[in-house]
Amino acid sequence: MKEYEVQNIKDTRSGFGDGLTELGKTNKDVVALCADLTGSLKMGDFQKAFPDRFFQVGIGEANMMGLAAGLTIGGKIPFTGTFANFSTGRVYDQIRQSIAYSDKNVKICASHAGLTLGEDGATHQILEDIGMMKMLPGMTVINPCDYNQTKAATIAIADHVGPVYLRFGRPKVPNFTPADQKFEIGKALKLIEGADVSIFATGHLVWKALEAAKVLAQDGISAEVINIHTIKPLDVAAVLASVKKTGCVVTAEEHMMNGGLGDAISQVLVRNNPAPLEMVAVNDTFGESGTPEELMTKYNIDTEDVIKAARKVVGRKK
Amino acid sequence: MTDIKSLEKLTTQVRRDIVRMVHAVNSGHPGGSLGCAEFFVALYGEVLKYNPKKFTIDGKGEDLFFLSNGHISPVWYSVLARSGYFDVAELKTFRKLNSRLQGHPTTHEGLPGIRVASGSLGQGLSVALGAALAKKLNNDDRLVYSLHGDGELQEGQIWEAAMYAAANKVDNIISTVDYNGRQIDGDVEDVLDLGDLDNKWTAFGWDVLHSDGNDMTDVLKTLAKAKEHTGKGKPIMIIMRTEMGHGVDYMMGSHSWHGVAPNDDQLEKALAQNEETLGDY
Repeated sequence: MKEYEVQNIKDTRSGFGDGLTELGKTNKDVVALCADLTGSLKMGDFQKAFPDRFFQVGIGEANMMGLAAGLTIGGKIPFTGTFANFSTGRVYDQIRQSIAYSDKNVKICASHAGLTLGEDGATHQILEDIGMMKMLPGMTVINPCDYNQTKAATIAIADHVGPVYLRFGRPKVPNFTPADQKFEIGKALKLIEGADVSIFATGHLVWKALEAAKVLAQDGISAEVINIHTIKPLDVAAVLASVKKTGCVVTAEEHMMNGGLGDAISQVLVRNNPAPLEMVAVNDTFGESGTPEELMTKYNIDTEDVIKAARKVVGRKK
Repeated sequence: MTDIKSLEKLTTQVRRDIVRMVHAVNSGHPGGSLGCAEFFVALYGEVLKYNPKKFTIDGKGEDLFFLSNGHISPVWYSVLARSGYFDVAELKTFRKLNSRLQGHPTTHEGLPGIRVASGSLGQGLSVALGAALAKKLNNDDRLVYSLHGDGELQEGQIWEAAMYAAANKVDNIISTVDYNGRQIDGDVEDVLDLGDLDNKWTAFGWDVLHSDGNDMTDVLKTLAKAKEHTGKGKPIMIIMRTEMGHGVDYMMGSHSWHGVAPNDDQLEKALAQNEETLGDY
């Protein structure tokens, strides 16, 4: 089984910040907006290097989305930065009308997504954002798994014409994907080849899925682990090819069960090749204060939950 | 400068277009559209620099106009068509299936002249400001204009944008509020009083001008003055008094024609009060 080496422990938001600064050097049309969270979003380097292309909008996210839509009129490529909660739920109508329906080339970059925001609690721990964003026609939804991939994704979305929702997080997590990777929107990445169960994971759950696969291998279960960094457009061909081989599925995400990756994969399967499926996701509840690891455990989106789900779903195969 | 008489002639024709469009589909918003006819004709007939035959979303080197209160789309569609953006015959598709002239304006069907969707209120000022910032980044010295309803000023996003514009000295924008004092549920002062609108905008750091929106000479004069005020470190707001339903006597004096179409008899009356000057579509 393929093993992944942890190069270092880094936060995905730093991947965004570093990717943005790199983009600033190579693409003069890239501009950035932030709603009073420059430090949290790691946008300080971009702000320092390109002050004329950085817009501090204060605590006014609705205005920020409108400004970003307007900046595209004249050819700019705006990257907005705030927490995932304030990037989506707070400004859904602004994104819907001024960005998505108006087909504006805005990159909505959202940090502190999910439970791993931690101690700030449920007011800030959005678990519905992927669902909201993937329902919007024309919106691309990306949730990379580590620092390197978030950096690569940040750079890649500048070349994609159309609105993008880029979701990442707060905590420092294992950084294991190649530093020199080229990020391909919509292309699922097979991390481990397996035969008995397909584990489709996104974001922070990708590393958990790799850990789970090691344990499952000791049980004699050969798990295929696929990184679904792009939830929309979903790599349907990769999903179907893997499930055709393994015959059952686990989905794993730091998101609500309703509207998330599990939802998206279920739709593909029921319409093409129905197969037993278990979802590792937050089940219709709000989060609470705690450390990221405590919360992942309490809300059943930890390595152990992926393992349990895989054992269960393998047992459901006829 | 275009003579006032010909602009007024166009205004009368635009009013005919508006009532005919909403009558044809028994839906749409005639009140605010009629009240803003002079403003739109002044803008597109005299003030804006634009290229209707080679429309681009970016509009580099052109003045840009954003309609934030998108429900008054009939007046905009009429003026866009009569300014050469598309054939006036297309006005008959308004609000019908497969039309580019959606109930509320949108870029989605590719109608020339429109750069962002509007309808859900309160969003247009932020978008216009973004476009104004892009003009500055591009060293494009043309201006950005926007129009807003007075009821729309009840939306919080307007004031986020107002604060941002002044703090960042966005001085290449001329915004106008259609101060007709009416909204769907009644008079604005009864629904949610805007209070001292002049001092609100002044306190937010805007350069405030006033206009009589149903007097073509005054609209032109105010827009010219506003242009002189650009580039001085402050965004500009024109508080434009209008009469909702202006030009159709039975629609004036109340909020009741905000979003109601005239019936056949009412259409006849409205057309009798606005003679066909440039040919109906």
